[in-house]
Amino acid sequence: MSVPEQAAPPPEEEPELTRWRGTATDPEADRSRAEDTSPEAVARLRRLSRTLLGDLLRPHRRRLAAAVALLLAQNAAAMAGPYLVMIGIDRAIPPLRAGDAGPLVTVAGAFAVAAVTEYAARRGFLTLSARIGQAVLLDLRQRVFGHFLRLSVGFHERYTSGRMVSRLTSDLDSIAELVDGGIDSLVLAGLSILSVAAILLWLDLPLAAVTLFAFPFLFWLSRWFARSSASAYRRTRDAVALVIVHFVESMRGIRAVQAFRREPRNQRIFVALGDDYRRSSLHAFRLIATYSPAIKLIGNVTVAVVLCYGGWRVLGGQTEIGVLAAFLLYLRRFFEPMQELSQFYNSLQSATAALEKLAGVLDERPAVAEPARPTPLPTGPRRGELIFRAVGFGYRADTPILCRLELTVPAGQTVALIGPTGAGKSTIAKLVARFHDPDTGTVRLDGVDLRDVRDADLRRAVVLVTQENHLFSGTVAENIRFGCPGADDAAVQAAARAIGAHDFIAALPEGYATQVHRRGGRLSAGQRQLVAFARAFLADPTVLILDEATSSLDVPTERLVQRALGTILRDRTALVIAHRLSTVETADRVLVLDGGRVVEDGPPAVLAEADGRYAALHRQWRDSLI
Amino acid sequence: MPVESDGDPAARAAAGTHPVHNLWRLRPYLRPYAAEFAWLLVAGLAGTAAGIAVPLVVQRVVDGPVARHEPAGLLQLGGLALLLGVVEAVLIFIRRWVQSSSAVGMEAALRADVYAHLQRLPTSFHDRWQSGQLLSRITSDLSVIRRFLSFGVFFLVLNLTTYVVVVVLLINLHPALGVLVAASAVPLLLISRRFGRHYHAASRRMQDQQGDVATLVEETAQGLRTMKAYGRGPELAARFAGAARRLHDTGVGKGRLLANTSALLDLVPNVTLGVVLAAGAAAAAQGALTIGELVAFVSLQLMLIWPVQSLGWIIANGQEAATAADRIQEVLDTPPEIVDSAGAVALPRDAVHGRLRFERVSFSYPGATTGVLREIDLTIEPGETLALVGATGSGKSTLLSLVPRLHDVSTGRITLDGHDLRELRLASLRRLVGVAFEEPTLFSMSVRENLTLGRPDAGDDEIRAALALAQADFAYDLPWGLATRVGEQGLSLSGGQRQRLALARAVLGRPAVLVMDDPLSALDVHTEALVEAALRRVLRDSTSLLVVHRPSTIALADRVALLEDGRITATGRHSDLLATVPAYRALLAAEPPAGHPPAGASGPSSSPSDGWGLVRS
Repeated sequence: MSVPEQAAPPPEEEPELTRWRGTATDPEADRSRAEDTSPEAVARLRRLSRTLLGDLLRPHRRRLAAAVALLLAQNAAAMAGPYLVMIGIDRAIPPLRAGDAGPLVTVAGAFAVAAVTEYAARRGFLTLSARIGQAVLLDLRQRVFGHFLRLSVGFHERYTSGRMVSRLTSDLDSIAELVDGGIDSLVLAGLSILSVAAILLWLDLPLAAVTLFAFPFLFWLSRWFARSSASAYRRTRDAVALVIVHFVESMRGIRAVQAFRREPRNQRIFVALGDDYRRSSLHAFRLIATYSPAIKLIGNVTVAVVLCYGGWRVLGGQTEIGVLAAFLLYLRRFFEPMQELSQFYNSLQSATAALEKLAGVLDERPAVAEPARPTPLPTGPRRGELIFRAVGFGYRADTPILCRLELTVPAGQTVALIGPTGAGKSTIAKLVARFHDPDTGTVRLDGVDLRDVRDADLRRAVVLVTQENHLFSGTVAENIRFGCPGADDAAVQAAARAIGAHDFIAALPEGYATQVHRRGGRLSAGQRQLVAFARAFLADPTVLILDEATSSLDVPTERLVQRALGTILRDRTALVIAHRLSTVETADRVLVLDGGRVVEDGPPAVLAEADGRYAALHRQWRDSLI
Repeated sequence: MPVESDGDPAARAAAGTHPVHNLWRLRPYLRPYAAEFAWLLVAGLAGTAAGIAVPLVVQRVVDGPVARHEPAGLLQLGGLALLLGVVEAVLIFIRRWVQSSSAVGMEAALRADVYAHLQRLPTSFHDRWQSGQLLSRITSDLSVIRRFLSFGVFFLVLNLTTYVVVVVLLINLHPALGVLVAASAVPLLLISRRFGRHYHAASRRMQDQQGDVATLVEETAQGLRTMKAYGRGPELAARFAGAARRLHDTGVGKGRLLANTSALLDLVPNVTLGVVLAAGAAAAAQGALTIGELVAFVSLQLMLIWPVQSLGWIIANGQEAATAADRIQEVLDTPPEIVDSAGAVALPRDAVHGRLRFERVSFSYPGATTGVLREIDLTIEPGETLALVGATGSGKSTLLSLVPRLHDVSTGRITLDGHDLRELRLASLRRLVGVAFEEPTLFSMSVRENLTLGRPDAGDDEIRAALALAQADFAYDLPWGLATRVGEQGLSLSGGQRQRLALARAVLGRPAVLVMDDPLSALDVHTEALVEAALRRVLRDSTSLLVVHRPSTIALADRVALLEDGRITATGRHSDLLATVPAYRALLAAEPPAGHPPAGASGPSSSPSDGWGLVRS
């Protein structure tokens, strides 16, 4: 990515403990819409996430309805308990004194039915809600992953891999946490609060009226808690993200950390970040530590008042003793779920925030989209003609890289691209591989605009090899086979042989079956490059683009690769970007680029004799040999 | 445990045989909070007592003023209930307030210690462990432990006490019914225990599968461009779908387990309540129990449900915490192999001449059957520059990593001015040795911080000199100058820019020994020439060991050593080796294009004035 042209205003004075982080050049540039924090954007995200939730739940409508029915049944059964206690005391004991056990048996029977109903309904509801929740999670996970795969390289460069990983892990995990342990408590708590309030009113209106005095306090307290814990929660997330980034980076770069004795300073920074995190979570914990006893206090006061007033009413004969008992039992069921709600509030908060972030990602449109009506690439021999027509392109609107570039590469030609940093060499490579689409003009392969080619067809025809050489976990053979998933072992070996990688692979502990571990840890940079080459060779594309693909090879291996390329490239179109002239000299044609324009164009031998930039470079390179 | 066995459930199970032991070993982290814990317990017990007392007050109300029609006593008892209620709430507030500070404090201390230990562990350890595995230890494992040590253990004590007190009160109210209620704890306990066991297994499986999904995601994110270049999206999506589906199945199983248990845990106390109600009503009818006692009995019995139910959760949480402690101790128990030996000395920079000697040095990676380096004998004189040349995979980078002791030799020794490197203080050695790796590592920090990694005291002049030498003055032109954040979370720089910053970092502070792995590979011809010229001055003052791929860089070296298959097979001047050693010639002789005789050795010739060269863009 290029350095932004205009310098932003100078950073404000920062305290020593945060200065090490430095200033991000362009906080907006690396933010996708999903990260925007302006009020309109937040409202939009909220809307999007609600739509997404509806979308995710729609296939489960029937099961959802069943779950709601079960939940209502469970709640009704649970509410019956205290009522039956009341009946027992007021209606069953007096007849029993008279020797009639009938009412008591009825009450006991009703109690048993309620208990069994509650058991069955609860079990059914929880099983069903787990099924729905997990199905939704699976759907969401696959949607987000699939969408990330579809989004263009440009998006990923802005978004960074770390953020993609955290979306698909910690964000989804926080939704999973809510699904696993919170949803039923949340819904049930709300439901039982409502039904208890209704029952209380029905049992004894004046006594219930006393209870209702607690409501404004509860409401006000809960609103305060919801608001302050939302912001406390956000602060905690931010703090822990910094801890994680610092941790992961120091572990990945541990060689540099140790070689440069960075440990003490790292430790100080880590402790400071950890302390920030500690303070912010302490704040969040203390909010709960305040909210939960405050609810308890209101509950206890209400119980004491009900006890006095209710007792007084019983004394006056306005109500019965059983009603008072039931009242007190119902009050427990009223305040306890509110306590639980505070525990689940955080998971609800984080799940909501996570869903918003994911909705934002899913809302990103791929900048490089699949064509609605794809055109097939023509088949037949001698394919691979590339034409750039008036192509303009820039990574940022204010910094064009290519400006009305005109270029025709006939099928089968090997073209070397050279030029200084920022000349547009890699950009041309990326446009041919359709990592980006041009801002203006067209890039055509065999006469077809790349925008009209299906991705699968394009990837079969064009392969880009960079110096990145990413190896996926798996065996060496699997990594080569990445170029052509259907290839058999013989074809994999043949590709490795053709590129000169066979000898080193055969010498590995388990040959082709050797696990490359994470990102090819055990292979040297040159070996990884060879595997990447074999992979490209196996893919057998019409157009091969090599962007600094041989930079880590030693001279003999590079020579071997070049010899192999000599045969490989014979029937293909090739774009080669290299900073070694030895590579450039084998090309059919050299393009010297500067500032997004072709400034010299011709066979290398001809250009070397001329009096241009290539000739000067050539001389310099020649001098540097030996 | 290395990566290979970390994915093996059998190995994990074996490691968890005595899990409580590892949890017990964490007690030093609780010690600073001993006084708080005492307070906690007192507040917790007192609060519970106040809570238990309320139903007893209700009983007095029903049997006293209400039964005897005495309005005066009603107000008194109501006042008592109010007082108890307020006291309970205040005590809960105190408990939770104190609890939260000790919990997060302990977590932070443990996290800092794990981090410190990880920084001490050698690179061989980090080669084996994925950073994600380490990360999950300092995040999720630590919070599991925090929850258990601060809440779990505490509630275990509190709930058991509550249980005993309430049962005693119940038996006191009505012995037979009291015993019945006490007995109902047995099925609850059995259900909880069974649940705890199964739930723990399911959680562990889920954790592992989440790890699989995360690994897949991380890998896809890292290899995104490769994936795009080959259009392998569908294959990766299918792989991901498989992993996600496994996670889904485990989640459904876990949900079913939770549903069964939690419904059962509700059923048992409900049935008990029904029995209590029926039998209590009968007893009340016979006059064996007052109405007030019956109400109190039912209220108290309801108080028992939570302590018994929570026992299952606490057990499960305890098991999780034990596993987490296991996983953390696994790291803390790995001894840092590369440490200061007893009596290690520090060498001041001025006292160092810089004679670096490899004496019969062999090295093999742990667990590998074949050695990477075999019987290396090599001496580099003070101020000399030795270039190490060898084919891909011949062990050059490994050899370099031995000098700053990122790895220790397997046999033989390396000496600096006659001191075995292992007898030097590690900090001192690494101050003397400047390193530039093959892959320039930049952290998400300011440029200045990246340059002065281990030397926060470096002055502006020193930095300026180092940047000038590495032709990295572009750093001053970044949007915020040296305060610009670079690295993954900051501005991305080109490969050549990163390499130049890494080079500046290596030469900052004039190290006595310079170790550089192909330090100019990503530079264009023009910049390379400028850096070379500047480096030459630095190299005179330092003993240097360079890995070199390109003939052009060889010019920096006084002498060359050829590394083949882990052995030094030839040393000498470049031109001599070129003439006499065919293997060397094969590696380094530039193959001149036909018709152009190779030019003789010379410095960089006049370069194009606009400073452009053959570079990546």
